[in-house]
Amino acid sequence: MTNTDWPLWEVFVRSRRGLSHTHAGSLHAPDAEFALRNARDLYTRRGEGVSIWVVPAAAITASSPDEKDPFFEPAADKPYRHPTFYDIPEGVKHL
Amino acid sequence: MTTTVPTKTAALALGDDALVLSHRLGEWMGHAPVLEEEVALANIALDLLGQARVLLSMAGDEDDLAYLREERAFRNVQLVEQPNGDFAHTIVRQLYFSTYQHLLYDRLAATDGPFAGLAAKAVKEVAYHRDHAEQWTLRLGDGTEDSHERTRVAVDALWRFTGEMFQPVDGVDVDWAELETAWLEQVSQVLRRATLTVPEGPRSGAWSAGAGRQGLHTEPFGRMLAEMQHLHRSHPGASW
Repeated sequence: MTNTDWPLWEVFVRSRRGLSHTHAGSLHAPDAEFALRNARDLYTRRGEGVSIWVVPAAAITASSPDEKDPFFEPAADKPYRHPTFYDIPEGVKHL
Repeated sequence: MTTTVPTKTAALALGDDALVLSHRLGEWMGHAPVLEEEVALANIALDLLGQARVLLSMAGDEDDLAYLREERAFRNVQLVEQPNGDFAHTIVRQLYFSTYQHLLYDRLAATDGPFAGLAAKAVKEVAYHRDHAEQWTLRLGDGTEDSHERTRVAVDALWRFTGEMFQPVDGVDVDWAELETAWLEQVSQVLRRATLTVPEGPRSGAWSAGAGRQGLHTEPFGRMLAEMQHLHRSHPGASW
């Protein structure tokens, strides 16, 4: 039997009141259309008003754990690089 | 609210369609081609069971109606009781039935009859079932040589069960002839896109099925009911 290889897809879901798409998980599907439908069944229970993104896992480039130090280190020991010294006025949302 | 006799007759017919197809889809659990498809089929089965519960409750006690009626008292069309066969067979059965159910519920939702409320809620579910069946028909029909052949066989084999869906049901106030025209047009369109041929065989009359609504069913249905009703009949009156 010849079996079609179903590629892996990563699923990002924005909930009804959510502000951004969050990675929800992954699944196998033959193409993007079915990946969307399967994601709906698996990750949203068909709740109304949500947005789904599916991305072929192969299209995602991840940072390498081996390069973790050179990649993230310079920022950590230089506090002046972080915008943490400002007073945030009350009433500012989503920060 | 008083439930009139035609309403009960109609609720039984539509409810039995949903109940029986739901049970057939449940038989796929653990056997679907891939995990994702198993979830999809289970979802559709659950939607249909939900519709069946509402409809059968309109006709009487849902459990008594599901578990204590003999084959001759069921009013579902023969299409939905057909065995699952291979995946193509199941998908074509879904295509034929969900297209019908979508058109029917869409029209019922626009009436002010007793089914308007249920139809308005269920039409969204059914639209998804139909989309799922269409997507798979396109991929199977226009897939490999093997998948095309299997789908072609299913399209032909189930064709003779499709005319029955448009026998007017007492208590369902829609234009059945118009419904049938719309169904033929839309199903033909999907089949052609899937590189399949619209069958030329009969859809009603001699050499076709068509007595499910009158309580006459095909041979596999009795065995399906035996399995479905076994526990309830072994322990009548128990609460679960």
